[in-house]
Amino acid sequence: MLDSKIPAGKLEDKWTDYKGHCKLVNPANKRKLEVIVIGTGLAGASAAAALGEQGYQVKAFCFQDSPRRAHSIAAQGGINAAKNYQNDGDSVFRLFYDTIKGGDYRAREANVHRLAEVSVNIIDQCVAQGVPFAREYGGLLNNRSFGGVQVKRTFYAAGQTGQQLLIGAYQALERQVALGNVKMYNRHEMQDVVMIDGKARGIIARNLINGQLERFFGHAVILASGGYGNVFYLSTNAMGSNVTAAWRAHKKGAHFANPCFTQIHPTCIPVSGDHQSKLTLMSESLRNDGRIWVPKKQNDSRKANEIPEEERDYYLERRYPAFGNLVPRDVASRAAKERCDAGYGVGTTKQAVYLDFKYNLINKYGKAEANKHGIQNPDTETLIRLGKEVVKEEYGNLFDMYEKITGENPYEVPMRIYPAVHYTMGGLWVDYDLMTSVKGLFCLGEANFSDHGANRLGASALMQGLADGYFVIPYTLGNYLADEISVKPIPTTDRAFVETEAKVNERINRLMSIQGTQTVESFHKRLGKIMWDKCGMARNEQGLKEAIQEIRDLRADFWKNVRIPGGIHEMNPELDKASRVADFLELGELMCMDALERNESCGGHFREESQTPDGEALRHDDQYMYVSAWKLNGEHSWELEKEPLNYEVIKPTQRNYK
Amino acid sequence: MEHYNMNLTLKVWKQKNAETGGKFETYKVSNISSEMSFLEMFDVLNEQLIREGKEPIAFDHDCREGICGMCSMYINGRPHGPWHGTTTCQLHMRAFKDGDTIVVEPWRANAFPVVKDLIVDRSAFDRIIQAGGYVSVNTGNAQDGNSIPIPKENADKAFAAAACIGCGACVAACKNSSALLFLSAKVSHLALLPQGEAERKERALNMIAQMDKEGFGSCTNTGACEAVCPKEIEITNIARLNREYVAAGWASDTKKH
Ligand SMILES: Cc1cc2nc3c(=O)[nH]c(=O)nc-3n(C[C@H](O)[C@H](O)[C@H](O)COP(=O)(O)OP(=O)(O)OC[C@H]3O[C@@H](n4cnc5c(N)ncnc54)[C@H](O)[C@@H]3O)c2cc1C
Ligand code: SF4
Ligand code: FES
Repeated sequence: MLDSKIPAGKLEDKWTDYKGHCKLVNPANKRKLEVIVIGTGLAGASAAAALGEQGYQVKAFCFQDSPRRAHSIAAQGGINAAKNYQNDGDSVFRLFYDTIKGGDYRAREANVHRLAEVSVNIIDQCVAQGVPFAREYGGLLNNRSFGGVQVKRTFYAAGQTGQQLLIGAYQALERQVALGNVKMYNRHEMQDVVMIDGKARGIIARNLINGQLERFFGHAVILASGGYGNVFYLSTNAMGSNVTAAWRAHKKGAHFANPCFTQIHPTCIPVSGDHQSKLTLMSESLRNDGRIWVPKKQNDSRKANEIPEEERDYYLERRYPAFGNLVPRDVASRAAKERCDAGYGVGTTKQAVYLDFKYNLINKYGKAEANKHGIQNPDTETLIRLGKEVVKEEYGNLFDMYEKITGENPYEVPMRIYPAVHYTMGGLWVDYDLMTSVKGLFCLGEANFSDHGANRLGASALMQGLADGYFVIPYTLGNYLADEISVKPIPTTDRAFVETEAKVNERINRLMSIQGTQTVESFHKRLGKIMWDKCGMARNEQGLKEAIQEIRDLRADFWKNVRIPGGIHEMNPELDKASRVADFLELGELMCMDALERNESCGGHFREESQTPDGEALRHDDQYMYVSAWKLNGEHSWELEKEPLNYEVIKPTQRNYK
Repeated sequence: MEHYNMNLTLKVWKQKNAETGGKFETYKVSNISSEMSFLEMFDVLNEQLIREGKEPIAFDHDCREGICGMCSMYINGRPHGPWHGTTTCQLHMRAFKDGDTIVVEPWRANAFPVVKDLIVDRSAFDRIIQAGGYVSVNTGNAQDGNSIPIPKENADKAFAAAACIGCGACVAACKNSSALLFLSAKVSHLALLPQGEAERKERALNMIAQMDKEGFGSCTNTGACEAVCPKEIEITNIARLNREYVAAGWASDTKKH
C-alpha cells in the first residue's frame, strides 16, 4: 500500500511541525553521505546547491554540455509567490486555494499548502542571489497576472524568467562545485538505478562523449529530470527533454502517477509544415495584454486587419466574462480547438486563432504613457508608438522570436496561435517527503506528480521546482539519511552495480544490432501523431483503445526496424535519441491506459464522454477522487493503486470561470 | 510572407573526435522550405544521410528557442550566421536563396576543443563562473525581497547583462579568442546590483585569472564579439569590467603592502 506520509495536524501547521520534528543529520555525518542528483534544471540545480551548502557530498548530472542549459532556461512568463506586494488580497491561503482549484481538485492539499508557504522564501532567496527581476520605478519588485487567478502575484524578468532563475541556481551550484561539495558530470545520461537491499544506492550513467558506461554510488538518489511532453514528438519542450530517468526508475519499482495528465498550452506558434521539429510557446503572460479572437464568419479569408471590430468574436470574453482571456490553460485550449473545429480558424491551415495586442497597446499602455508625458488628446498613431515602447519592454524577446519564426511582425498584425503540448502534471509518485515508492529514491520538479493535480496554473512550475530543491528536500532528505549514517559507501565493484551495468549494456547492444531501415525520428513522429490524435486535447474510449494497440505495434516495429548509425563507444546522438524514444514508446501505452481508466474529465484530461451541456469538463468526484499510481508488473502489464484524495479544508466544486 | 523552396549545397566540417583531424564534406539538400529553421534543415540532411547509410552530422542544440545557448554553428564565416542578434536555432531559411552554398564549421578556439563535427567543449565557461560568477549566499537566510530597493535603471542594466546565454559566439568571432564579452556580462550583472557588492573586487580578479588559465586570448577591442552576440550584450560591459579590474587590482595591491 502506498503511504503518502502526510503529517497529522492542521493544514497550516503541518510543514512547520514537520520541520520541528523531522530527523536531522549532524554536520560531521553529512560530509560522509553521498547524494546523487539527476538533472540541473530549477529543481535539480537548487537541490544540488542547497545540499552542497549543507555539507553533503553531491554528484550532479545533466545530459547537456553545461548545467546552465537545462530546459528550465526556456521558461518565459514568471514565477508565483504569495507575497501580496500588490496589496490586492493575496495570501498563502489564496495561492493554495487557486492551485488546488486550478488543478481541478486532483492534487494533495498538504503538498500544495507547503508549496504556497515556501513560495515567499523563493523570491527572497533569488533576489539575494542577484536574480534581476522586473522592478517598478520606486525600485521595488513588479508583478504581473497569470491565468486562473484574480490577483497579481507573478514575479518576472521580461520574457526570460526561467533563464534568470536558472542562472541564479546554476551560479549557486557552480559555487558549490568550486568549494568541492558538488561534483558535476556534464554530458552524462542516467541509464538505470542501482538497487541494493531494497534501496536506491546508485546509478549507471552513459558518458555521452565516449559512450562508456560509468557507475556511481550514492546513499540516496534524487531525480529532477524534468517532464515527458516530448512523448507527443511536437511540444514546447527542449529537444532533449525525455522520460528516461523516470522511466528506468519506474521499471525498478517506482509508481508512475497520473501519467495521462498533460497540459496543452493555448498560446503557441502553430505548426507550419512537416519539417517542424518543435513548437514555440508564446508566454501566457501575453494574455494579460493580448485579446483572443476569431472571425464571427466561418472560413473568413480576409486578413486580420481587414476584419472590422463588430465582426470579431472574442470568444473567451464572451464565454467567460469573469476571467475573460485569463481563464486557465486547459479551458483556453479547448475553447480554441472548439472554434477551429467549428470552422472559424484562421491562417493558411485554419488551425489557429488570433492573439491581438492592438487594443491594449493603444488603450492601456498608449494612454497611460500619454498621460505620463502630459500629451493632450493624442492621436492613434502617437498612442500606438507610446504603447509599443512599453510592450517592447515587457515582452520584446517574445515578439522578436515570433517574427523570426513566422516572418510576421506582431506589433502590426495579430499573432496566430494554437494549443500545443507543454507540461506534464503526471510523473513519479512521491510521498510528502518527495520520496518515490522506492526507498532512497526521491523525485523533484516536473518529473514528479505532486502539486498540480490535473492542470497546472501558469508560473507555478518554476515555483514548484525551486520549492522542492531549495526548501523541501534539504529537510526531507535529512529525515531519510539520518537512519543511513552508519552505511559506508558501497564500492561500485559490488555485484548490484556490475549486474545493472550489464543489463544497460545489453539493451544498448540490442538497439545497435537491429540495423533496420527506418530512422529514430520517423518512429518518434509516428508515436507523436498517435498520442496527439487519440490522447491529446480530447480523448474517448474507442480512440484510446485503438491507440494502445497502435503503440504496441509501433513499439514492436521499432525493435525490428530502427536504424541507428555510428558506434557504441563514441559520441552518438542518434543512439541517445533511440534510447529515449524506446522509453517513450512504453510510456505512451501507459498514458493511454491511464486516460482510458479515468472516465471523467478533469483539468487537462478531457474525456468526450464526460462533459457538461455547454462543453465544460465534468468531474466525477464520487468515482475518481484519487491519484492513479501505476506499478509495473511486466511487459504491457500494470497494476493500478489508488491514493484517495481527502479534502479537509477546501470543498471541491465544479470549476467555474464564468 | 511568401514561402519558397530551395536547393542548397552545404560544406560542413566533419571530425570524428578531439584526437583526430577533420575536413569539410559537401552535401546537397533539396526542397528546403523557407519556413524551416536552420537546424530543421540540418534535420532533413541528417535523415537523408541515415537513410543512405551514412554518418549524420553531430551538432549541439536543445531549446531551439534561442535561450539555452547550446547551438553553436559558424555559418558562412559568422558565428550563428547572417541574422543580427539571432542564435543558430532561430535563424530561418528565409535568410538564404535557391542555389546558395553554405559553409558550416564549429566554433574555433583553443579553449573550445572540438568534441565531434560541429560540437565543441565549452566547459571553460563553467570554470570561469566557478571562479567567482555568483553571490555567496547560502539558501535560507535571505531577507525580504523588497527590503533592498534597486533603481529600475540599474535593475534593467543588470538584466540586460544577465541575458548572456553562454554560447561562446563572442569567442568564436574574436581573432584572439577572447572571452571578455562573456566574462564582462557576468561581472556587470553582479556589479550593478547591491547584492554583488561585497565580492565585487575578488570576483573580477579571480574570473579574469581563470580566463587566462583556460587559454582564451586577450581583448584588443575590435568589437567583433558585440557584432555577433545573439543577445546583443554590449561592449560597454567590457569597459565596466576594465574599471572593476583596475579598481580591484589597485585595492589588492594596497592590501599586499
Ligand atoms: C517554453 C516553456 C516556457 C515555460 N514557462 C514557464 C513559466 O513562465 N513559468 C513556470 O512556472 N513554468 C514554465 N514552464 C514550465 C517549467 O519551465 C518547467 O516545468 C520546469 O522548468 C521544469 O524544471 P525541472 O527542474 O523539473 O526540469 P528541467 O529544467 O527540464 O531539467 C531537467 C534536467 O534533467 C537532466 N536530465 C534529464 N534526463 C536525464 C538523464 N537521464 N540523465 C542525466 N540528466 C538528465 C537534464 O539534463 C536537465 O538538467 C515553461 C516550460 C516551457 C517548455
Ligand atoms: S556574450 Fe553573447 S556571444 Fe558571448 S557567450 Fe554571452 S550571449 Fe554568447
Ligand atoms: S538550441 Fe538553445 S539557443 Fe539554440
